[in-house]
Amino acid sequence: MNLEVNIGGLKLKNPVMTASGTFGYGEEYAEFVDLNRLGAVVVKGLSLKPKEGNPPPRVVETASGMLNAIGLQNIGIERFIGEKLPFLRRFDTSVIVNFFGDSVDEYAEAAERLSATEGIHGLEMNISCPNKQAGWCIFGTDPKVTARVVGAVRRKTALPLIVKLSPNVTDISLMARVAMEAGADAVSLINTITGMAIDIKTRRPRLANITGGLSGPAVKPIAVRMVYEVYRSLKIPIIGMGGIMNAGDAIEFLIAGASAVAVGTANFVNPRATTEIVDGIIDYMEKEGIGDIGSITGTVHGG
Amino acid sequence: MSRYFRAEILFNRPLNKNHNLLSLASLDPMEEPFPGQFYMLEVSKGMDPLLKRAFSLFRRTPEGIQILYRIKGKGTSILRDMKEGTEITMLGPLGNGYRLPSDKESPFVIAGGIGIASVFSLVEKISKKAFVFYGARTEQELFVTGELAKIYKELVVCTDDGSCGVKGTVVDVLNDFIRNRDGIHQPVIYACGPNVMLREIAKTAAANGINAYVSLEEHMACGIGACLGCVVKTKTGYKRVCKEGPVFAAAEIVWQP
Repeated sequence: MNLEVNIGGLKLKNPVMTASGTFGYGEEYAEFVDLNRLGAVVVKGLSLKPKEGNPPPRVVETASGMLNAIGLQNIGIERFIGEKLPFLRRFDTSVIVNFFGDSVDEYAEAAERLSATEGIHGLEMNISCPNKQAGWCIFGTDPKVTARVVGAVRRKTALPLIVKLSPNVTDISLMARVAMEAGADAVSLINTITGMAIDIKTRRPRLANITGGLSGPAVKPIAVRMVYEVYRSLKIPIIGMGGIMNAGDAIEFLIAGASAVAVGTANFVNPRATTEIVDGIIDYMEKEGIGDIGSITGTVHGG
Repeated sequence: MSRYFRAEILFNRPLNKNHNLLSLASLDPMEEPFPGQFYMLEVSKGMDPLLKRAFSLFRRTPEGIQILYRIKGKGTSILRDMKEGTEITMLGPLGNGYRLPSDKESPFVIAGGIGIASVFSLVEKISKKAFVFYGARTEQELFVTGELAKIYKELVVCTDDGSCGVKGTVVDVLNDFIRNRDGIHQPVIYACGPNVMLREIAKTAAANGINAYVSLEEHMACGIGACLGCVVKTKTGYKRVCKEGPVFAAAEIVWQP
């Protein structure tokens, strides 16, 4: 049985990764999950300088999902390299660093710094966080800016480059194409969907940031549809995510066109979700007589 | 031994119309909890509600732990209806807990309303040393006063409506106590209750040069420090209530007006 997948040059032992922002820097979950069993750990989004993030309340639960507006709080790339990466390097799993900047130059500089560091196997560019101030979202929603920022990062890194796409666009296939043409090796989708919840007693938003990103099972059908659309329109490896709670959900994404999946909100519900999903995929392969997990990718498209 | 474990409901007993006492027996080996720590409890096998709910450790029992909770929203309403024998998964003990007083210190333990759920096990742990100040809206919302009687050094009860004990808030009672009682050596405050109460206690503590520790509450998703959802503003930046807390030095918090 072959669980290995290749994501634009990044070889993973299995297709199950963690979604950035839901797994800390890996160490928070190490007591619950054998990190060696994961395809990859994708760490919380990093920037050159540490970020303080948004005021609380930052999270609120909604029907079958949750809204978050963390605001990209992070310890910064240097502290990550000094304090967190050595721990992750002890495990036999791929380390993918999610990162972002406030300008094209910052993105490029961050990519350069990370690429010069031992023990990082791939980069995931966040151009799609819904919780940044107005203006920032153009990296993920204006194709011209997307092309420029992805191109700038591509010139600074030889590592496999994943671009994380926003669902808050009219045509996600167009954004995927722009990312690919600018040099992305793979795309990951979807990031959270902008949403809002209001307290009817106080008549105020439930999040201090007013709006937040919706995740969890509530968004899964949208995410599956977007993976389906991107797969249909171009040949680029896709990492599918959005509301994956169990192996069945993960397999649905693979069939829609993903080569790998990322597990996010489910980690909060069940800290062992990731490895239980790996086990569930193995079960499915045995029952269905599948020898190579890669063989089911995109099979909903027929042919 | 894992902090993610299964437990079975032994009983889930109403204490009044909107408070229950939940007793859980662990089905897997569990880590020993410390006063002030908390647990995340599964309240649904389905997708809605999705996240686990955070509850203070009320009391360690031979079989497991007990949780004293107020029925407030969707999660706790579902929890109220969960029957004896139900198996749930839970995560904990989580967070830092109360730092115990030294032999020289005189602990003042202050509970506002359901805040008793968090401080009770501290009073139990430092048996017969605590000066307990316990306030609630009315007599019907005062719990476990009988059990407290066996473990406190002194108890002052107050209610907003005067239906039991002193009429007034725990903050008033505490201020009176500090003003009128001499000879109490090196008081140290431990408090859990509504934010407004904690903020006022922080002021009292600062004005009297008393160290105070407060247990805070914030919306939580993961409970283990990964999601950065439950932060509180401190003088040294945002801190996670689930990880660096839930107990913080009151002087460290940037209190919201």
